[in-house]
Amino acid sequence: MTMKTIYFDNNATTKVAEEVLEEMKPLFCELYGNPSSMHTFGGQIGRKIRKAREQVAELLGCDPSEVIFTSCGTESDNTAIKGTLAALPNKRKVITSRVEHPAVLQVCRGLENHGYTVVEIPVDKQGRLDLDELETQIDDDTALVTIMYANNETGVVFPVERIAEMAAGKAAVFHTDAVQAIGKIPLNLAKSRIDLLSISGHKLHAPKGVGALYVRKGTRLAPYMLGGHQESGRRAGTENVPGIVGLGKACELAAKNIEQENHRIKYLRDKLETAILQKCPDCRLNGDKDNRLPNTSNISFEYIEGEAILLMLDKYGICASSGSACTSGSLEPSHVLRAMGVPFTAAHGSIRFSLSRYNTEEEVDYTIEKMPEIVNKLRELSPFVTK
Amino acid sequence: MWDYTDKVKDHFFHPRNVGEIEHADGVGEVGSLACGDALKLTFKLDENGKIKDAKFKTFGCASAIATSSVLTELIKGMTIDEAAKVTNKDIADYLGGLPEQKMHCSVMGREALEAAIENYRGGGKKKHELEGKVVCTCFGVTENEIERVIRENDLTTVEQVTNYCKAGGGCGGCQGEIEKILEEIQGDKAGQVYETAPRWAGRLTNIQKIQLIQQTINGQIRPALRAHGGNIELIDVEGDKVIVAFRGMCAQCMLTEFTMKDVVEAKLREFVSESLFVEEETDSSQQPHQHRG
Repeated sequence: MTMKTIYFDNNATTKVAEEVLEEMKPLFCELYGNPSSMHTFGGQIGRKIRKAREQVAELLGCDPSEVIFTSCGTESDNTAIKGTLAALPNKRKVITSRVEHPAVLQVCRGLENHGYTVVEIPVDKQGRLDLDELETQIDDDTALVTIMYANNETGVVFPVERIAEMAAGKAAVFHTDAVQAIGKIPLNLAKSRIDLLSISGHKLHAPKGVGALYVRKGTRLAPYMLGGHQESGRRAGTENVPGIVGLGKACELAAKNIEQENHRIKYLRDKLETAILQKCPDCRLNGDKDNRLPNTSNISFEYIEGEAILLMLDKYGICASSGSACTSGSLEPSHVLRAMGVPFTAAHGSIRFSLSRYNTEEEVDYTIEKMPEIVNKLRELSPFVTK
Repeated sequence: MWDYTDKVKDHFFHPRNVGEIEHADGVGEVGSLACGDALKLTFKLDENGKIKDAKFKTFGCASAIATSSVLTELIKGMTIDEAAKVTNKDIADYLGGLPEQKMHCSVMGREALEAAIENYRGGGKKKHELEGKVVCTCFGVTENEIERVIRENDLTTVEQVTNYCKAGGGCGGCQGEIEKILEEIQGDKAGQVYETAPRWAGRLTNIQKIQLIQQTINGQIRPALRAHGGNIELIDVEGDKVIVAFRGMCAQCMLTEFTMKDVVEAKLREFVSESLFVEEETDSSQQPHQHRG
């Protein structure tokens, strides 16, 4: 008997939607032309890219000309940060948060070696940003503020619109890594002061290897990839046509269903979370319960370790992830949980469940049934549990 | 995903000898919740002085649990003297090998066994007494322990030492010291892992000097300060005077004077020029500080 996979790791990556794959299929063996070519065969591909750009713009609420296609979320982040600083050579300060994804945090830390002052804004126990500290830190020397839209580990959503206002007040550029937020919560850039926004295809049911960067009209940005004239000279390199078309379709699907789907996903997430917290003693929820993505739940189980929990879940075909040190290959638990002051004991035993539209209530019920069994089994082994 | 052998998986999913022996002859406890893994080993001897029964309780990942389980099987039937000779390599080999980054689990097993034997021989001492100077303060690893994993497993790089006993895997502040221990034991075999700034032989132009100072600060000084929640910024260079500002934890640190003189100046003199001296930017205390925990 082959075991069914229950996929609760959608913040890591998602299934490519069937509709997305269908759109992409002809672009490999039939319509494989280069959109930069002069012939009709290649030229027709340009229309496909144009349509994808419109689909992305529709979901974001922006103009198609404000969308640059990239190879991934990490490239979008790198472009936003380095491109902004290259365009503003006279300012030397960058502000970010302590809970960013490495695609932002490591880039910022690298800037310190190039004479930039980098400030990492702390978060409180619920993972909420210290906005007072942020306001004090943004000054006339600040070139860029880069704060994520929603945190990948806890799902906590940051008040990016307010932060964008603060940055605008000091003429600093504001970038947000919205890789986790896109398709999960509605956003409308038409009414926003956000200057740059990163998205990634594979987090919203498009394939891996494609991303996009929203660049608000009038924002000064030096290109990161140099070469050909693609993307109006803002991002060189032959377009990943199937990926771009897939991303467009995925955005169209997300725009169409966002409200209805997220209502359902939130119901499933809440059911899973409530039952686990109820059935397993000594566990805690990580992150601001009221201000979260509808699909994410991060729970810490005291006295047991995350990797062991994951492997037990894996035996039942249940996929999740952990902030424990052992899963990362480093010896330190998640930087996000540590920044939130989650004690080591709880950080090592943290599990993240992240759902998508493809999850079912049956899967949730099955996981609810298995989780207490796993926790009990590992606690029986733990020297810190005394009966 | 870790590449565990079938034997590791078997011992993880079906751990043998779980529990605690009451009135045990030897009790060994190592690790802690903060470290991410911990093991309590208990054993009982028969009338011939052989280990009759052994049990464990473990907090940790799959390989920590499997290692503990296999350890209890391994030592059953051994005399105390035989058990005392078990190395971490024996434990890992018995499991058909462990991923390199998980070797510290086998070392934890051996440490718990040692602690239990010590407890038996010492007649009631509860905790494994740490011997020697603590090198890695994050994980509480002593010089003796580091020397031992290097010798027993023929390690040549700091990264390996971290994989085997965790030392150097926290803030990273002790990596230089581990490198020295490696060099003492392994001599030329010790791998050079950390880049060192090139020493400049000839006379430096001003531009070269400033670049080299920046390079030295980036490569040699900043990582150590960052590890402790601080930072350093190069403000200016006037002749031989290097003006820097300390940020974060370093700015409030009582030891700023000490850090500046001892670390920054020494490094700059070593890597750039003997005649350099360092001064702290006078108004840097008024700069906004960044608080890092």
